[in-house]
Amino acid sequence: MLIPVLIGMSVITFFIVHAIPGSPAKALLGERASPEALHQLEEKMGLNDPLYIQYFNYIKNLLQGDLGTSIQTGQPVSEEIIPYLAATFELALFAMVIAVFFGVNLGIFSAWRQNSSVDYLSMVIALIGVSMPVFWLGLMEQWIFAQELAWFPSSGRLDSRLFFEPVTHFYFLDALIQGDFVVLQDALKHMVLPAVALGTIPMAIIARMTRSSMLEVLRSDYIRTARAKGVGELLIIYKHALKNALIPIVTVFGLQMGLLLGGAILTETIFSWPGVGRYLYDAIHARDYAVVQSGILVVATIFVLINLIVDLLYAWIDPRIQYGKE
Amino acid sequence: MKFRKSAFLIIGLLFVLSTVLAGCGGNSAGGQGKTLIYGRGADSPKLDPALVTDGESFRVTGNIMETLVQYEKDSMNVTEGLATEWKNSEDGKKWTFKLRDDVKFHDGTKFNAEAVVFNFQRWMNREHLGSKKDDFIYYGSMFGGYKGDKGHVIESVKAVDEYTVEFTLKKPQGPFLQNLAMSPFAIASPKAVKKDPSKFAEHPVGTGPFKFKSWKKNDSITLEKNNDYWKKGLPKLDRVIFKSIPDNSARLTALQSGDIDVMDGLNPDDAKRVEKNKQLQLYKRPPNNVGYLAFNMEKKPFHKKKVRQAINHAVNKKGLIKSFYANLAEPAKNPMPPSLWGYNDKVEEYEYDLDKAKKLLKEAGYEDGFEVEFYAMPEPRPYMPDGRKIAEYIQADLKKIGIKTKIVSPEWQSYLEDTQEGKHEMALLGWTGDNGDPDNFLYVLLDKDNTKIPAQNISFYKSDKLHDILIEAQKETDQSKRTEYYQKAQEIIHEDAPWVPLVYATPPLAGQSYVKGYVPHPKGTESLAEVDIQK
Repeated sequence: MLIPVLIGMSVITFFIVHAIPGSPAKALLGERASPEALHQLEEKMGLNDPLYIQYFNYIKNLLQGDLGTSIQTGQPVSEEIIPYLAATFELALFAMVIAVFFGVNLGIFSAWRQNSSVDYLSMVIALIGVSMPVFWLGLMEQWIFAQELAWFPSSGRLDSRLFFEPVTHFYFLDALIQGDFVVLQDALKHMVLPAVALGTIPMAIIARMTRSSMLEVLRSDYIRTARAKGVGELLIIYKHALKNALIPIVTVFGLQMGLLLGGAILTETIFSWPGVGRYLYDAIHARDYAVVQSGILVVATIFVLINLIVDLLYAWIDPRIQYGKE
Repeated sequence: MKFRKSAFLIIGLLFVLSTVLAGCGGNSAGGQGKTLIYGRGADSPKLDPALVTDGESFRVTGNIMETLVQYEKDSMNVTEGLATEWKNSEDGKKWTFKLRDDVKFHDGTKFNAEAVVFNFQRWMNREHLGSKKDDFIYYGSMFGGYKGDKGHVIESVKAVDEYTVEFTLKKPQGPFLQNLAMSPFAIASPKAVKKDPSKFAEHPVGTGPFKFKSWKKNDSITLEKNNDYWKKGLPKLDRVIFKSIPDNSARLTALQSGDIDVMDGLNPDDAKRVEKNKQLQLYKRPPNNVGYLAFNMEKKPFHKKKVRQAINHAVNKKGLIKSFYANLAEPAKNPMPPSLWGYNDKVEEYEYDLDKAKKLLKEAGYEDGFEVEFYAMPEPRPYMPDGRKIAEYIQADLKKIGIKTKIVSPEWQSYLEDTQEGKHEMALLGWTGDNGDPDNFLYVLLDKDNTKIPAQNISFYKSDKLHDILIEAQKETDQSKRTEYYQKAQEIIHEDAPWVPLVYATPPLAGQSYVKGYVPHPKGTESLAEVDIQK
């Protein structure tokens, strides 16, 4: 599965990127592109070769593990992308923790008290959550919590005044490894607003999914049996019902996680989060072909891997699902 | 068992959450000394100024590395830098520079004539020291190419003695001195370049007031005070951090909440809000740009001078500035901004007068008007915050004199391509100056030499009279004579009206009121050596 998807991705991104009007040389030179300078630069970048040769060169390098070199910075993409990926991953992870924790519990609560006012309220919250544009939510958060209340910083991953040498580029992990609790605390504070903004939509989706899935399960016979046996309500919900309601929820989780990785551009822009979304966005603007192609390929690979993990999770959740056996 | 596990998970999550909330409030530990945080829209692509053309790179490198001559603090006039005096030979081909003898690079090596020669050799040879993939873009465009090219101006650079450098040119170049003051021609430490040429752009070493410390990509760049800086008593700050915050509103929020001290790229609409806030101050960057409307003179009816002049009378620049620049711009009448020497203030603007415009159209034989395509920029530029809205505004006035326009707005890259190839009939565009020399505006944008596709002269204005003057001015090195040429040139351009010069924009910036001594420079970036924080 993985290989054909990746080959397809590489073809599509390569040709789409090259179909965008304008060239990196032009983006680099801007208004001051004199004809000679432009020509020389395009020649140097190999942009005058036929497209299929450029694609062939790209794939050849890719197979040797070379993701290419950024036109803008002159650094290898494989090195450059790591801090951005880590930043996005960290953000997506926290957003997902928030989304799952609140989404699942909100959904359970609604299903448990179906048609009560609490149910309606939760579903209205979920509806608003789904419909709210991320950038609007982000700006509101900044206005209320950063500017007016000054509880959280409005941008970045860390206070720039703090001197900190990242190793893994996952700041939480780095701070823990180095035992630097000032950094840890500061990183946490910077995480809250963007993670909430990013997590709101998946939270709402998960809440709705959980609710409908739970409603179905709660009506089934074995739950009635359990109740009849006198099993505690909390135990029924979290142990007996939730596990059977989990499959659709996990599916949504997998898809949303992929979306968070690729789709955090708006959040990353508003909160100046140096993540992979912004990295790609800037690269598209500069027609930095190598970065766009390889960056998308890396994100796509992760997306596919996450979905693979989700598939494997099914088997763990529901032992009736087994792979490789008919 | 399972239940207990998930209960632990929930408790664990609550714990994390509470840590987050507990973390609120207290201020995190700051660094020692005075730190200035400068908020800006984007990160620097590279920190080797010779390799880039963008302001965000120069903003940082200008504080790390210095040029032989510099621009004055608030104008584009040239003054001493690493060189204290200079002279030009009779025939204009030899330039001799006396260098400062008390300057050291951040790595401890001495700044001297050898270092200057090394830098120029590196740029003109392009592939010098294994920097094969690199191109010294600005060098090629300001000095007519590279070593071996026909148009290359610099014949040789040599060290006469330890602190004297001599340039021999193939032909006199009027803007030579102005060029040397440009940010890309800052002198790098030869030792640092030689050590690892391909990594120099990640760890720049120069003679400037601040030393490079660290770089978190797309987030922040930290510079530290150079304690051995040759200007005694400077810099006043201990640390400067350039922080990228891409969204203009978010950057203002960061300023208001005290996360940053100075910000570039304020929305003109927010300028009033900043002015009212006592904790903040508003800065206006003196203009070094021009926004214009160009007629494609190769297309009818713009081959007729009277049509072009008519439209010049039909554009309400003051209204435009009020509506779209929040009054942060000046109406333009020449193709170069008034902050440059040689600006001709005697040129009389085509005043906004629709009757005159109609009359001129009638004289040109277009009494009933005509229909044209009007290119408007899809993206905000320094000289024009909203091309499309500005085009609509002009469109309304043109309609009143019978000219129907259809606004087209392709994506920015295609926009540049189309206009450079002359696909447009009328187009909005602009230019930000490089070296503070009138040649950089007049020759680049309006000489017939630059009408070759892809053209910089998107009016395709071909005037031999103008060409002769501009070429004379390029050869001349006496500034007072050059001033005369350029003033004459502006008169010719005004009469022929290949453009409607629209505005000289003064981009607004904002800072905390405790920031002292920050002076925005017309070239777009500035040294922070004299900036101080007084809380």
